[in-house]
Amino acid sequence: MTHRSAKFYLSRIMTQTETLQAAPVTVLQSGAEVLLRALKDQGVEVIFGYPGGAVLPIYDAIFQQNAIRHILVRHEQAAVHAAEGYARSTGRVGCVLVTSGPGATNAVTGLVDALMDSIPIVCLTGQVPTHLIGNDAFQEADTTGITRPATKHNYLVKKSEDLARVVHEAFYVARSGRPGPVVIDLPKDILINKAPYSEKPETPHRSYRPQTAPDAGQIAKAVALLKGARRPVIYTGGGVINAGDRATAALIKLVRKTGFPTTSTLMGLGAYPSNDPLFLGMLGMHGTYEANLAMHGCDVMLNVGARFDDRVTGRLNAFSPDSRKIHIDIDPSSINKNVPVEVPIIADATYALEALCDAWDADDAKPHTADLASWWAEIEVWRAVKCLKFTQTTAKGGIIKPQHAIQRLYDITRENEAKTGQQTYISTEVGQHQMWAAQYFRFDQPNRWMTSGGLGTMGYGLPAAMGVQIAHPEALCIDIAGEASILMNIQEMATLAQYRLPVKVFILNNRYMGMVRQWQELLHGSRYSESYSEALPDFVKLADAFHGVGMRATSVDELDDVIRAMIAEPRAVIAEICVDETENCYPMIPSGAAHNDMILGPEHGTALQNGRAAGLTDEGLVLV
Amino acid sequence: MAYPPDLTVRSATIAVLVENEAGVLARVIGLFSGRGYNIDSLTVAPVEGDGGRSRINIVTSGTPMVIEQIKSQLDRLVPVHRVSDLTQDGPHIAREMALVKVIGAGNHRAEALRLADAFRARVVDATTESFVFEMTGQTEKIDAFVDLMRPLGLAEVSRTGVAAIARGKRII
Ligand SMILES: Cc1ncc(C[n+]2csc(CCOP(=O)(O)OP(=O)(O)O)c2C)c(N)n1
Ligand SMILES: [Mg+2]
Repeated sequence: MTHRSAKFYLSRIMTQTETLQAAPVTVLQSGAEVLLRALKDQGVEVIFGYPGGAVLPIYDAIFQQNAIRHILVRHEQAAVHAAEGYARSTGRVGCVLVTSGPGATNAVTGLVDALMDSIPIVCLTGQVPTHLIGNDAFQEADTTGITRPATKHNYLVKKSEDLARVVHEAFYVARSGRPGPVVIDLPKDILINKAPYSEKPETPHRSYRPQTAPDAGQIAKAVALLKGARRPVIYTGGGVINAGDRATAALIKLVRKTGFPTTSTLMGLGAYPSNDPLFLGMLGMHGTYEANLAMHGCDVMLNVGARFDDRVTGRLNAFSPDSRKIHIDIDPSSINKNVPVEVPIIADATYALEALCDAWDADDAKPHTADLASWWAEIEVWRAVKCLKFTQTTAKGGIIKPQHAIQRLYDITRENEAKTGQQTYISTEVGQHQMWAAQYFRFDQPNRWMTSGGLGTMGYGLPAAMGVQIAHPEALCIDIAGEASILMNIQEMATLAQYRLPVKVFILNNRYMGMVRQWQELLHGSRYSESYSEALPDFVKLADAFHGVGMRATSVDELDDVIRAMIAEPRAVIAEICVDETENCYPMIPSGAAHNDMILGPEHGTALQNGRAAGLTDEGLVLV
Repeated sequence: MAYPPDLTVRSATIAVLVENEAGVLARVIGLFSGRGYNIDSLTVAPVEGDGGRSRINIVTSGTPMVIEQIKSQLDRLVPVHRVSDLTQDGPHIAREMALVKVIGAGNHRAEALRLADAFRARVVDATTESFVFEMTGQTEKIDAFVDLMRPLGLAEVSRTGVAAIARGKRII
């Protein structure tokens, strides 16, 4: 044994203490740990995900911490929709984690859905290690290539030192400007190798800096148009909801101040209280008679945060032909895309609406009160048509009209809210039930209505409701579903059971892909090709099999009790409401028709002409 | 945007300054194909050292509304710094370079050389049976030269696409 001097030992101790002191600054964490730290700094509390080989390091890091909760879904598409529900009902960024290859490809539908509806999502995808990229390795997919047109932006992290910066940037991009989904593709070696951490940057993004403040000159032009209006209409969209509570408050202020009739897109419902007399209901393909005719006949249109989507405009060259248009949008590419407008205002809806309110007050010009009154009188005549009326038999054993089911669901949830203070959140699948929900369930607050508008994704509603329930554990979260759509993500019943999420699935079972059947009836000579829901499961047993509770109403006298029992049940519920199989959703503007070519329902004596809906042209038939 | 909309189709030369990162060209091209816009010419190259920025020059065509759309769609891509419509924003210079191979003998060969001279094309390669001409100019001038070479044994053309810049002190 060699003898060492004290100096030797002392120097060793010194170096050790030095390293110890330096440790908190220089120690590098694994990429996965850095990732979680960045997510936490971005305020992420919940991740919706599904594991796999490429993301095991992240799951390992998740296992060893408590700050972020992971919700295990049963399909990656559902993870994205759940994050959408979470985001839409809270105004925060939703976070998703999926593995490489099939995990990423399964997520694509959700990403496009979020892209179309401008929902902020950050989706982390696993990837094969950097040295294998391009080798057709096991579970390799060109995720950035596949998701490029499916996202607002995407990243492939190739260097450990970029990791933290990219995560911070992804959250900034997802929530800024027009929100949307962002993918971060994470090769496995990047997750394992040590990586440095960097804090949230203070400096603005190098290139992406959306304009949020409106141009004062444009605001002045807009107010001049609005003051001079004789037949105005305000048309609002999802952008107002995305802009947040201040925007909805400013919208309400502006509408009340001006007394202008107001309508909303599917995505915008809830921004303006639907029970208010100034509200005309939803517009568009299945919008109200009064909303669509007001759009058609107006002389000044103020569009706030909507995008002149084809479901709203109908035939473009017949869309609101005599109006001068103002369009507020945060995304310059939405302006003048489908419909040319006279006064574009590129801004966050909050700032634009607040500026409009102030400028309206500051402007001395008097509005045309008398013209406005006669415009309202005209609108009231349209409203008196009661385009949404339907006849529900009250006889015992009487068949349930789907509209009645929604109406009762609305009434009873309202009673529940008044009695217990429990807030109601509604999501939907896609089809007739979705449109009936939009028409008959009335929203008074933003962020209570989750539906797949732009993409129209069947299978959206159940996972979305799941995400809402995670964000609002005490709330009543209902997925208004169709019997066909619900099967597209039915596996999420297991997620509900695992996390004891008391989501209510309210199925309007008409035994048809009703919306498809309706188009076949109206546009394809009643040839019901492949639209019958054959071999349906027993939904009551299905609920049971998934550890939930099944209920069924087959006649109108059973409906209220089922709804009440559903609301009172502390577990997840599937309530199957057997409704009139051949009911159609009206009013309807067939694709390619103009707003004033609307078809009203049989309550209004509208019949088909030559086996086809009125207003339908051969050109219209090619449209979706 | 003029109101009501103008439906005449015009050509536009658009310069785009982008962050020099992976995938940025794919984003731009994907945007054009995904939305059905025309690309008549597209060039890209780094314009700053050290992986700084690249410049993309695009020649496209459409109604004023479509061109406006193209510009705002480009502008909202995250790695895009600036978009400038050179055609709209003032006088500009646009050039491309072409390498033109002509194979032939006898009179045709002499005639090709004479025309090349008139067009200020340089001979950059020659064999007894072929020439390669290099010429720089506006797209129309190169088109005209290529057309003239066709009956004289035109065999192959390689063009760079348009590089463009504003006249005077104006920068993107
Ligand atoms: C993923 C997906 N596939 C197909 C469609 C086309 N589609 C729209 S509505 C619909 C029928 C929906 O049937 P159901 O869920 O029973 O609702 P209903 O219309 O009967 O209320 C179909 C197939 C779609 N929107 N999404
Ligand atoms: Mg159905």
